[in-house]
Amino acid sequence: MMMWDPRVEEMPVEDVKKLQYRLLKTLVYRLYSFSDFYHTRMREAGVHPDDVRTLGDITKLPFMHKSDLRDNYPNRIFTAPQEEIARYHVSSGTTGKPTVVGYTANDLELWTTSLARALTSCGVGRGDVFQVSYGYGLFTGGLGLHYGVERVGATVLPTSTGNTERQIELMQDLHVTAIACTPSYLMHLGETAGKMGISIANDTDLRLAVLGAEPWSEQMRKKIQENLGIKAYDIYGTSELSGPMFTECAEQNGIHIWGDIAYPEIIDPETGEQLPPGEKGELVMTILKKEALPMIRYRLGDITSLDDSVCACGRTSPRITRIRGRVDDMLIVRGINVFPSQVEHTLMGIPEVDGSAFQIEVDRRGALDSMLVRVEMSKEAFSDKINELMKVRAKVVHQLKSSLNVAADVELVAPGTLPRFEGKAKRVIDRRVY
Amino acid sequence: MAEKKYIIKQVSIFSENKPGRLAAIARALEEAGINILAFSIAEANGFGVVRALVNKPEKAHDCLTKLGFMISFTDVIAVAMRDEPGGLFEIARILGDAGVNIEYSYAYSGKDAAVLILRVDQVEEGIDRILAAGGKLLSVDLFQ
Repeated sequence: MMMWDPRVEEMPVEDVKKLQYRLLKTLVYRLYSFSDFYHTRMREAGVHPDDVRTLGDITKLPFMHKSDLRDNYPNRIFTAPQEEIARYHVSSGTTGKPTVVGYTANDLELWTTSLARALTSCGVGRGDVFQVSYGYGLFTGGLGLHYGVERVGATVLPTSTGNTERQIELMQDLHVTAIACTPSYLMHLGETAGKMGISIANDTDLRLAVLGAEPWSEQMRKKIQENLGIKAYDIYGTSELSGPMFTECAEQNGIHIWGDIAYPEIIDPETGEQLPPGEKGELVMTILKKEALPMIRYRLGDITSLDDSVCACGRTSPRITRIRGRVDDMLIVRGINVFPSQVEHTLMGIPEVDGSAFQIEVDRRGALDSMLVRVEMSKEAFSDKINELMKVRAKVVHQLKSSLNVAADVELVAPGTLPRFEGKAKRVIDRRVY
Repeated sequence: MAEKKYIIKQVSIFSENKPGRLAAIARALEEAGINILAFSIAEANGFGVVRALVNKPEKAHDCLTKLGFMISFTDVIAVAMRDEPGGLFEIARILGDAGVNIEYSYAYSGKDAAVLILRVDQVEEGIDRILAAGGKLLSVDLFQ
């Protein structure tokens, strides 16, 4: 079994824990001393770095939330001066203000190292031609994978997103062997290839895919592997952690979280209590060595569980199982995070509709997601002239698109016709089958 | 004002473009004993507007509102047309020359003449011009 860095990947669990404790202790002291944000947080929580005496004492430290990043927009929690920042990435800002993440040269190095180990573990290396079909730019997917692929010595084909037919042509012409993209885009690619008379399984050299940025299931994996004749691996990460960082190994049995880079916890989202391995809960991650934007106990909102048994591949790091859902009501549509609360916020700003009465329907047409927002018109906006109503609809379509960054179809309905809710509103009908 | 007697209240009903919606409207009108005199549907993707001249507009408004329909009154005029080639041209020309814009219209073949229902941007101006040109307008009491 090929390993990028066997010294840490096979390190005995006890040694990993000692290393993690040392890194955590250093991190906590550094942040207590040099970060106003963390200093205040720890003071408010009544915890001093001296209180961290074992790795388990991490639970004494306060959580960090996405709202902390937004409230401190753009870079008030950064702990490195601007001249040390080597790169910024910016999230789409689906739930309001975008969040800005920054990296020092060491942070970028750590990110690349993490992915180099991950890609090696699923068999990518020198000789491979790797097509990166994640978006390049502010989104972390494209550039993140790009440097990881370069590091393992494979050839990068930075196609980014879009222009599917050209992607397929290039895949054939340049003998692409591996690809990274969303699972739904890979399905779409397969379908488009079919229409062009090309079979991914028989007419290309593609042998594996690293898939993520949206939830997908074992059934979907099976379908992709059978239809396209390749191996499909799950990848995990978010911009707050750096970007995509962790993948499954060739065993396809959970995503390896490198012990010297990150410390994962699973908590009960209601009580915040840490849960033991095997139990399902919210993923919380501490990145042990970040410089520009440190992350201690960051609540990711993803539901998963931890498997700390030694993997059949020989790697000792714990694994997280497939993401089973979200703590909040976030939807992922075409790889973009969509919160019903953001849809509501947008609709509330349009006087011609009643933003408190809406429903989101998500379907999968072919391999791509489609989203329909049904919203009640306000009585005053009703006109007997169709073009006036079409204008209202176009306005809603436009405003949703600009706030969500993903297109939604809009259906205007009469007041009082959508279901009302006494308790928590059920705004989303998700008919997608992964 | 003499024009008043020619201003007819059309009921305009918003309807989702789905099976059974028109049936629900028609049944409600039937149960309330309301007769539909003229009628059209304008459609867009996902929704439409049902426009109707009925014999009891207020009652139609009440019973459809109670059923949750979004409904409004719109002022329209009804012109008797010669039921032969050139009938429509005559009326459209009068309004066009006067700079009155027809926003939409629909027609039906009445007992004595063809009837053109018009929604125009300047109702009173339209009425005056048609009358001045010797045209015949149906008065509101025919629709109530």
